[in-house]
Amino acid sequence: MSELMDKELKNSNVRFSWPVPQPEEVHDVESEVLKPITNEPTTAFYATTAILATVFLAGVAAWAWQIINGLKVTGLNVPVFWGLYIVNFVFFIGVSHAGTLISAILRITDAAWRTPFTRVAESITIASLPFAASSVIVDLGRPDRFLNVILYPHLTSPILWDVLCISTYLLMSCLYFYIALVPDIALCRDRLTGLAAWRSHFYRLLALDWQGTPQQKRLHHQLMSVLSILLLALVISVHTNVGFIFGMTTKPGWHSAAIGPYFVVGAAFQGLGGLAAIIVLVRRWFHLEWIITEERLAPLKKFFLAVACFWAYFTLVEFLTTYYGRHTAEMEVFWAKLTGEFWLPTWGMLTFCLFIPLPLLALSRWRITTALLIAGISVNIGMWLERYTIVVPSGARPYLSWGIGHYNPSWVEWTITAGWFAGFCLFFLVLTRLFPILTVWEVQEEKEGSH
Amino acid sequence: MGSFAALVSRGFTFEFNSNEHAASRGHPRWGMVIDLDRCTGCQSCVVACSVENNQMLGSPEEAAMGRIIRWLKILPKTESEGSRVRQSLIPMPCQQCDDPPCTRVCPTSATFINPEGIVGQVYDRCIGCRYCVNACPYTCKFFNWGKSQWPKEVEQSFNPDVSVRDKGVVEKCLFCHHRLQRAKDAAREEGRDIQEGDYVTACQAACPAQAITFGNLNNLNSAVSRLASSHRAFKILDDLGTHPKVVYLKEG
Repeated sequence: MSELMDKELKNSNVRFSWPVPQPEEVHDVESEVLKPITNEPTTAFYATTAILATVFLAGVAAWAWQIINGLKVTGLNVPVFWGLYIVNFVFFIGVSHAGTLISAILRITDAAWRTPFTRVAESITIASLPFAASSVIVDLGRPDRFLNVILYPHLTSPILWDVLCISTYLLMSCLYFYIALVPDIALCRDRLTGLAAWRSHFYRLLALDWQGTPQQKRLHHQLMSVLSILLLALVISVHTNVGFIFGMTTKPGWHSAAIGPYFVVGAAFQGLGGLAAIIVLVRRWFHLEWIITEERLAPLKKFFLAVACFWAYFTLVEFLTTYYGRHTAEMEVFWAKLTGEFWLPTWGMLTFCLFIPLPLLALSRWRITTALLIAGISVNIGMWLERYTIVVPSGARPYLSWGIGHYNPSWVEWTITAGWFAGFCLFFLVLTRLFPILTVWEVQEEKEGSH
Repeated sequence: MGSFAALVSRGFTFEFNSNEHAASRGHPRWGMVIDLDRCTGCQSCVVACSVENNQMLGSPEEAAMGRIIRWLKILPKTESEGSRVRQSLIPMPCQQCDDPPCTRVCPTSATFINPEGIVGQVYDRCIGCRYCVNACPYTCKFFNWGKSQWPKEVEQSFNPDVSVRDKGVVEKCLFCHHRLQRAKDAAREEGRDIQEGDYVTACQAACPAQAITFGNLNNLNSAVSRLASSHRAFKILDDLGTHPKVVYLKEG
């Protein structure tokens, strides 16, 4: 073994210009990444999970209350039929794009800087999609009849397409996450001793007898490439279809041919923001400064800035064409957003999505980690407000003026919203305790200089 | 119940233009004409519709949220030109569009348009997503926000021909479809087709000013057909392509 290691070192010495990795460093990669799994959870971790679990259970209790009494416990009314639940649905779909964008696109393009980001990104997708799907089920007047969408399919309904798209996306994302994870689960199986019996069995079962043979590695790469391409197509179809939910009606403010691509860009923007914020936090919590270097964060920052400009473009075009069209009903919604009842969420959206993030991303006067963290959180707040300004003002200003609609979300809606956000964070934390937070096999391949 | 294949085949629904369908098969095409010149805004039609179709009385809290369910409502329409202000009162049942936006978006076909042009609603299939209400440009569909409840005294006056809707489903005006069923049954027993006057909606029957005319638009001799061709006739939001079958006659 040591002789083989010496050969590897000699070969490395010949091929690479940066310092030769020592055996300790190779060892350190694995042990550093596995520390969050092997270390006993700290008091802070227990406290955080306890708080998140409590908030999540409060959300579930609020949902039970809503099921018993019906949607009259919400602030929804005539004519504002959709509110916070649909906003949350679109929001969590948007966050889930972090995984697909980074993992799939960057793997397809073979971007070298992707390595530390892919596992975190995929974890975000897995953690957010269940809350996206359940948000729309929470919104139903009869959640017990949800399967009627499948039993009595109506092919012209965007909701049917949405159910099919999101179900496929959820399954494929789980498959993608798992297949990318197999070599690292095998690592856990081999390296982790002294675990509880259920965890040893868990890792042994999920590792699928992975041994890292050349044949296995080649098949693994091929499969990852195919899945990356499939997921890229899926992610575009999912959020386009979410946009079609609104665009396929004649409701003023929703009926727009650009709403599909606008939603795709919005989801990419939000997903990148979520990834940027979480990657900075993960870097700090798990002491991964040695692999998530500032040099690696720089391309992420540029990517984020580019997508921010795309989103700004679509938003400007949307406002401009609405204004120039001067359609009476559309202008009612337009002015309600800009200067009327909904001016606060609208200008809040512009502030959190553009006025705060653009300087942070475009200028170099702040530390890159600070810039990414603040911009990422800001963009997610702003995009939640964006979904709010899409969903609610159009509901409040229908074609026929049955009086002006107002919408004040009730405590039930806010509790479920808080519960779902807590559930998302809790799920993500659990994933960090079960699986390595970095894609170890990609890090090792990078060090070996092979793909 | 039948086989699974039968179940699935019943579930599939495809859109078609009911104009062509109805005309080619000689079906009636039920429509309504409301003369705004005759209408006094007394809301007898609203009450009649409410009683006929077992609608809940509602509470002040529900009214404040706009959640009162009335399949027929009076829409106040205000127009101002300089210092002159003019207000119309427009009775608004479901417009029974020939190309209804609500049926296109329903994920379960709970709302559909039947061969005679009535836009129906199957309460047992509705999942309560409220997409059809959002898609309806007239906001003429109504969601049951909570459990149905009436004062005990009112329950005795329920119309047994109309089912009571449960919480969490959408309901709407069906042009008193249960009366159409009764008219068909009576006509079948007498061995003849339905004639004008056999099938009358509750709101038409109750209107003291006789502002509401209801009947078969495909029968060129019917009163409703003649009135719909009047020079005073207009349809609300027809430019959206909905082709509503409720026609209004302008005030003189």
